[in-house]
Amino acid sequence: MPFANHPTSVPVTVDDEKCIAEKGCRVCIDVCPLDVLAINPASGKAHMKYDECWYCMPCEVDCPTGAVKVEIPYLLR
Amino acid sequence: MSEIKTEIVETDILVIGGGTGGPMAAIKAKEKNPGLKVVLMEKANVKRSGAVSMGMDGLNNAVIPGYATPEQYVKEITVANDGIVHQKAVMAYATGSYPMIQYLDSIGVKFEKDGSGEYNVRKVHHMGTYVLPMPEGHHVKKALYRQLRKHQVLVTNRYMATRLLNAPDGRIAGAMGVNTRTGEFLVVRAKSVILACGAAGRLGLPSSGYLFGTYENPANCGDGYAMAYHAGAGLANLECYQINPLIKDYNGPACAYVTGPFGGYTANNKGERFIECDYWSGQMMKEFYSELQSGNGPVFLNMTHLAEETISEIETILHSNERPSRGRFHENRGTNYREKMVEMHISEIGFCSGHSASGVWVDENARTTVDGLYAAGDMASVPHNYMLGAFVNGSIAGQDAADYCASTDLPAYDEADVAREQERVLAPTRRDDGLTPHEMEFKTRRLVNDYLQPPKVTAKYKIAQARFAEIREDLNALCVKDPHELMRALELQSILDCADMAAAASLYRTESRWGLYHWRVDHPATDNENWFCHTLLYKDEMGRMAHKKRAVDPYVVDIPEEEMGAYHQLRTPALAAE
Ligand SMILES: Cc1cc2nc3c(=O)[nH]c(=O)nc-3n(C[C@H](O)[C@H](O)[C@H](O)COP(=O)(O)OP(=O)(O)OC[C@H]3O[C@@H](n4cnc5c(N)ncnc54)[C@H](O)[C@@H]3O)c2cc1C
Ligand code: SF4
Ligand code: SF4
Repeated sequence: MPFANHPTSVPVTVDDEKCIAEKGCRVCIDVCPLDVLAINPASGKAHMKYDECWYCMPCEVDCPTGAVKVEIPYLLR
Repeated sequence: MSEIKTEIVETDILVIGGGTGGPMAAIKAKEKNPGLKVVLMEKANVKRSGAVSMGMDGLNNAVIPGYATPEQYVKEITVANDGIVHQKAVMAYATGSYPMIQYLDSIGVKFEKDGSGEYNVRKVHHMGTYVLPMPEGHHVKKALYRQLRKHQVLVTNRYMATRLLNAPDGRIAGAMGVNTRTGEFLVVRAKSVILACGAAGRLGLPSSGYLFGTYENPANCGDGYAMAYHAGAGLANLECYQINPLIKDYNGPACAYVTGPFGGYTANNKGERFIECDYWSGQMMKEFYSELQSGNGPVFLNMTHLAEETISEIETILHSNERPSRGRFHENRGTNYREKMVEMHISEIGFCSGHSASGVWVDENARTTVDGLYAAGDMASVPHNYMLGAFVNGSIAGQDAADYCASTDLPAYDEADVAREQERVLAPTRRDDGLTPHEMEFKTRRLVNDYLQPPKVTAKYKIAQARFAEIREDLNALCVKDPHELMRALELQSILDCADMAAAASLYRTESRWGLYHWRVDHPATDNENWFCHTLLYKDEMGRMAHKKRAVDPYVVDIPEEEMGAYHQLRTPALAAE
């Protein structure tokens, strides 16, 4: 059974200019209750890897540089 | 996935779930006996996990001297649950309520007080006064975290417990889990285990179709219920589902508990009140459901008539605590409380004692039916327990478990159980192709909506059981690419267990009770002669799902016959006459 690629928009975005992941910051990744954020290997910055979000906001509130923005997932918006 | 390691840890007490009740259990066990080793295993990170991840906007059930007595509270909860309650456990909560508020206050959790420093309690329930606002409630998790550190509780974040371990004599011997980032397998041997894994909140599918757009924190997918079941514990009244009135699509509280005391109310499309009391009960949900079905739906939360300063106060509370993205949601849709009512809907089904009465059976000491195994919070059977209940109940569990540990050795366990569990857990990692956790979860939960959502129809329930059995066969094709997907694959298996339990428990109770929660179309009447009892669902010696009745213990607070029906008269008099 082959798998399909199924692109979807993500509700949580990170401003690469503001993100200081290269200095070792992992705050948003650490606090997310659903573990859906990760370092993007391409940019070295945090990003939303899985579209499995409770729009609960610890990632945005706890980010030290204000780089994270949580939107309501499109299906609910 | 590469080579998987297994680690074995030994402890006195293992607490599973670091949300609300779990941390309190760990803290209170350490307070009682600082010499004990206490491990807290959390699927996410205790700093921001669980229902109170972003704090809370109020206590829903505070029993504070001067406003309510424990006896009044026990009466209220008994009546709201059609009499089926283990009153001793509700009483244990009620008497522990005020001391717990004082303790929380002392560790930095903020509650609303009036000018003279007294708690500012409000009325939302039908009979008594129990709601204490927390306009600055966003620091709950921080306060708990400080105590976890102070008491040297050993925290393991990002470990998902998958099964409990039993000793040869049946008592609890520990648990197994898997790291959700590395796939590492963990065996924790313990004298006592406290389950605090929250509600089963990923059972029904939200009508938006978004799997994670649930009322509950979606990390709470029913693992606790499934683990308790497989360890042989009895689960009580699972047919008494959780169904909540929520902001449509957003699926979070609107929230009538916060706005009610300010004058907000639930209204139909004519802007008219149709229920007298916004306290969430099965009867209230049935009225809500009827209104949605009638030409009077949709249902709204109305605040348009309130004064500007009241509305801005409400906005401050609702848009900074608990579910702070509410504000963003309303903004996107151009909903301003001043001008537009908030459209509401009913949630998907789940299990939860925190809001309803479906949980792992516990007595007044938070003990389950398995020796050494405790349950606390939303997944423990004390009804309508909410956040404060999770704290009190967790505290009771922690203290009792500390005593239990003093009189027991570390039990032996069977290596074969570990090997079998490791095989089950890791099987999806060994396949290169097959079905994904996402599609299997979607299908299971879609079927839950199609067939299990009340009104409950026997013929539909039988179809559901057949379809769930087919999905169980499909588990042989479940396939994952990384540890994250493995977590989802294991969660799916808990969801499927809960779906089977929901169907079986509902079919067992051949009467209707608790309003919408257990409305059996084929058995529409409440049958007190045969069903004035708890139901316990458990796994029998043959590994089959079995049921038994458990008599309701003699009440500790008498309820006069005429007061028993109070929650059946929620409809506003004018509409009831129509
Ligand atoms: C949106 C919302 C609003 C609410 N509003 C109020 C309110 O205003 N007032 C009020 O009093 N109550 C309110 N409640 C109820 C209250 O928050 C809950 O009753 C209470 O927090 C439940 O505590 P708990 O410990 O049982 O679960 P939680 O605090 O949710 O903790 C469960 C924990 O278990 C972890 N876990 C789950 N499975 C596993 C596993 N397999 N292994 C390891 N860890 C696991 C989860 O990650 C989570 O951290 C609300 C609940 C919700 C969801
Ligand atoms: S918390 Fe902010 S700065 Fe830190 S990794 Fe995340 S986005 Fe980057
Ligand atoms: S909003 Fe919540 S679930 Fe979504 S990414 Fe942020 S912390 Fe994770």
